[in-house]
Amino acid sequence: MTARRLLFALPALALLVAAAGFWAMLSGMQRGSFDPRGVPSALVGREVPRFELAALAGWNKPGLSSADIAAAAREGPVLVNFFASWCVPCLVEHPQLMRLAAEGVPVFGINYHTGTQKDPGAVDWLRRHGDPFRRIGVDVTGRVAVDFGVYGVPETYLIDREGIVRWRMAGPITEQILADEVRPLLRRYR
Amino acid sequence: MKAGDHAGPPRPLRRARLPLVGARGPRPTGGGPSWGARGALRPLALVFFLLCAPAHAVVDPREMLPDPAQEQRARDIGRGLRCLVCQNQSIDDSNADLARDLRRIVRERVAAGDSDAEVVRFVTDRYGDYVLLRPPVNAVTIGLWAAPALILLAGGAGAFAYLRRRRAATPPEAAPLSPEERARLRHLTAE
Amino acid sequence: MIPELGHFALVLALLLACAQAVTSLVGAQLGERRGALLIAAGPPTAIGGAAFVGLSFGCLMWSYAVSDFSVANVVQNSHSLKPMLYKLTGTWGNHEGSMVLWILILGLCSAAVAWFGGNLPASLRARVLGVLGLIAVGFLLFTILTSNPFERVWPIPEDGTDLNPLLQDPGLAFHPPFLYLGYVGTAVAFAFACAALIEGRVDAAWGRWVRPWTLAAWCALTLGIALGSWWAYYELGWGGFWFWDPVENASLMPWLLATALLHSAIVVEKREALKVWTILLAILTFSLSLLGTFLVRSGILNSVHAFANDPDRGVFILILLAVTVGGSLMLFAWRAPAMVPQGVFAPLSREGALVLNNLLLATLCAVVFVGTLYPLFADLVLGAKITVGPPFFNATTFPLFVPLMIAMAVGPLLPWKRADLWAALARLRLAMAVVAVFAVVYIAAVDRALLPLLGFAVALWVVLAAATDLADRIKLGAVPLGDSWRRLRGLPRGAIGGIIAHAAVGICVAGIAGKGIAPERITLLRPGETTTIAAYTIRFEGTSSVAGPNWTGTEGRLVVIRDGREIGALTPQRRFYPVARMNTTEAAIRTSGFADLYGVIGESTADGATVVRLHFNPLAPWIWFGAVLMALGGLVSLSDRRLRVGVPARRRAPVPVAAE
Repeated sequence: MTARRLLFALPALALLVAAAGFWAMLSGMQRGSFDPRGVPSALVGREVPRFELAALAGWNKPGLSSADIAAAAREGPVLVNFFASWCVPCLVEHPQLMRLAAEGVPVFGINYHTGTQKDPGAVDWLRRHGDPFRRIGVDVTGRVAVDFGVYGVPETYLIDREGIVRWRMAGPITEQILADEVRPLLRRYR
Repeated sequence: MKAGDHAGPPRPLRRARLPLVGARGPRPTGGGPSWGARGALRPLALVFFLLCAPAHAVVDPREMLPDPAQEQRARDIGRGLRCLVCQNQSIDDSNADLARDLRRIVRERVAAGDSDAEVVRFVTDRYGDYVLLRPPVNAVTIGLWAAPALILLAGGAGAFAYLRRRRAATPPEAAPLSPEERARLRHLTAE
Repeated sequence: MIPELGHFALVLALLLACAQAVTSLVGAQLGERRGALLIAAGPPTAIGGAAFVGLSFGCLMWSYAVSDFSVANVVQNSHSLKPMLYKLTGTWGNHEGSMVLWILILGLCSAAVAWFGGNLPASLRARVLGVLGLIAVGFLLFTILTSNPFERVWPIPEDGTDLNPLLQDPGLAFHPPFLYLGYVGTAVAFAFACAALIEGRVDAAWGRWVRPWTLAAWCALTLGIALGSWWAYYELGWGGFWFWDPVENASLMPWLLATALLHSAIVVEKREALKVWTILLAILTFSLSLLGTFLVRSGILNSVHAFANDPDRGVFILILLAVTVGGSLMLFAWRAPAMVPQGVFAPLSREGALVLNNLLLATLCAVVFVGTLYPLFADLVLGAKITVGPPFFNATTFPLFVPLMIAMAVGPLLPWKRADLWAALARLRLAMAVVAVFAVVYIAAVDRALLPLLGFAVALWVVLAAATDLADRIKLGAVPLGDSWRRLRGLPRGAIGGIIAHAAVGICVAGIAGKGIAPERITLLRPGETTTIAAYTIRFEGTSSVAGPNWTGTEGRLVVIRDGREIGALTPQRRFYPVARMNTTEAAIRTSGFADLYGVIGESTADGATVVRLHFNPLAPWIWFGAVLMALGGLVSLSDRRLRVGVPARRRAPVPVAAE
């Protein structure tokens, strides 16, 4: 008879487990530790993909290749940032990138879908808001972005001295993320 | 309305990112209407969620491979790959930039002579198993793939036990019915 | 003032719902004599509560109709240029408004139980009203505390930000009301289940009372899902109709269980068996409706059509879910073991077939459930991000679906208690022969792909079996035609409804199978160029600019030519909604009732060449025709004398009391 009672209690127990799981998800979402929408990066822990990108026409920065990143990374951790002039969140993180650049952190830019009709305004954008980048590569076809596993802009990668990708941020680097995540990482991989 | 408005640069809020602002960082305040930053974010979030649904969803024939067999393979591969920007759409169904780039890369690989598995591995190397609409069978997904059979077995066992007990409770039948009686009974009970 | 009135009415409705819950439950507990006064207070509070929610909903709709941009909800979801129809339907095209609609429908159901439930035993009706009142309290609290649709905004914006253009569509405008009607209808079955657990008694009469509510909810859910999928078909622009999207699954799961409940309630009614299981099904069906609400509005799910959402609301709905479902399941664990199984029947019988039906439907539902939630729990527990997409669902549901269809054809031919399978199959020998001939001809003449063939064969099988059932019942051919006609007139509506619904499932499946053999053509056309699809030649005549009240766009003109004659034109559009800053595609569909010719245009190049995508979808309209017919079958069955609300009292009133 107790077995029968247990059987009847099974649905309630299952609900308890499910509700606990959902509660963990929701509280994780509020804390930022659980993000059902985030796509994990397959690149973290691996080397920077090999690429070579031309410079942005009409702008005074040289183009970008994986060799440039490796060379700069030997001195200390570097950031690689995918951006586009039409992207509003890029504007949100822009002051933080400017500040990092002013502090001497090498920030490299890759302009996503440049020059196509998708992003005619990169030069204007940099002129108006300022240019935090050491070098800027233009990824016309989006091929390099795919090699990085980028699924949207802005996306930022942190690369250590060995040229290994250590961290990926999908979305804008807000002031809080700069303080809570980027700065500790920069210290750790210095 | 100028015709150029359609072809112009995509509107700014085309990215997945704004909800993250709300979830992770401090919610931006600002000069918006006074229902507050949270209220102001909500329509933006809605824009994102529905963003890709209206994708024009027309694969550009200029992307297609000249060889119909290869094109068919590329389409089949594309149907199994998730468009990461849009969530729950295959790259074949989506007109997002990323989906188009991926379609092009899939076709490049197919044309270069890669097998289907190699093309898929090329993509999962960059985006992880997350892009596969059909999850591979591995330690993580074994529960998922085993679930249907287990559920059916458990349910079947329960139903079997129930039915057996119902039959066990059957009182011994009296004299068998004659065919006429049976037909009449069937007619009565079928109502 | 109007928005404040609406807000005030909502708060009054909350108070009335509290009163309804407390008086009814306490009154019923005191007993029909001592608690008579409290029990009598239940129905008026239910009706009054519904009236106040109605008033509140009317106020919100009014704010939309007059574009009152001092209301935040209107600003965020409307625009002065929007057509009036979509202003009105925009009332529920957003989270807050849809909650008010949800509560309104719940209130109306409560009121219907109060109004028409005079034939129910007083304590049972009181308990049902009490449980419904509790649910209403939960949702009213949720709406008032976290999702107030009447919030004002200052300064008043000049214009709104417009409703998402995808929602400005007749199909989607009426999709939510039907869906909510379905979800909330399951709440009534849930309330009956809880009331029965409290009373500790389930009998045939209970089954008879639960069935019309389940049936009505099921009809509404069927129509709601069909509308949603129809919308996806013509609006999303790639001809798909079902994507196994988590939100779609959230509506499919209650439908599957409601279908199971519909059938198991028959067993309770006719044979007083499967009682505990039916109670559990009623609880689970509503739980899944609530789960859908939770998943869609909490932001947990990745979906193309989730509402804008935030986790704070999610916590509230989760608590609501835990209390409602947890409470009922605890009640179940406590009271159900005391219910002794009754009913004696052989495994091979109508009851046995219905058990198989329930097993397969519940398994289908569980598979969809696992597939929908597995990625979330894999992420939470294992930290692994995976995607469960259509290939998984197709691969796992299909093997369950085919036996379900095969059994569904045989089940209705089996007599109750004990059946002879061979006799039933013998009655189906004509159907089997036809299906076999069809399969041979199909393989020889049409196509060799296995899955579409299996789909068509199963569909034909189901339709023929339903026809066989009908023919046997009216003795078609065995007696003079006039007698058959008289027999048909004399058949209970429930039986006719069942036959219609079963045949409709077959029709729907045929439509779905048709999608499996649908050819498609994607090509770049310059004005004057032609292409072909199926038996048609399509000539592209170029594009022109068009404009609507709140959009501008491009319209392509595709002339359809068959056998050298122009028989019509397709005019697909691409629209741009400047306020919402969104593009949409409007597919052009030309349907013959047996097939759809489906055209979409894409971007044009500088030299006027336009991407044209064409589909020829044989039998596609049958998907929705079948769904509507299913709902119609349900309605016919609902009109059966036995189930008509109020009738059982006069016909078989003593049953519930006499049963114990």
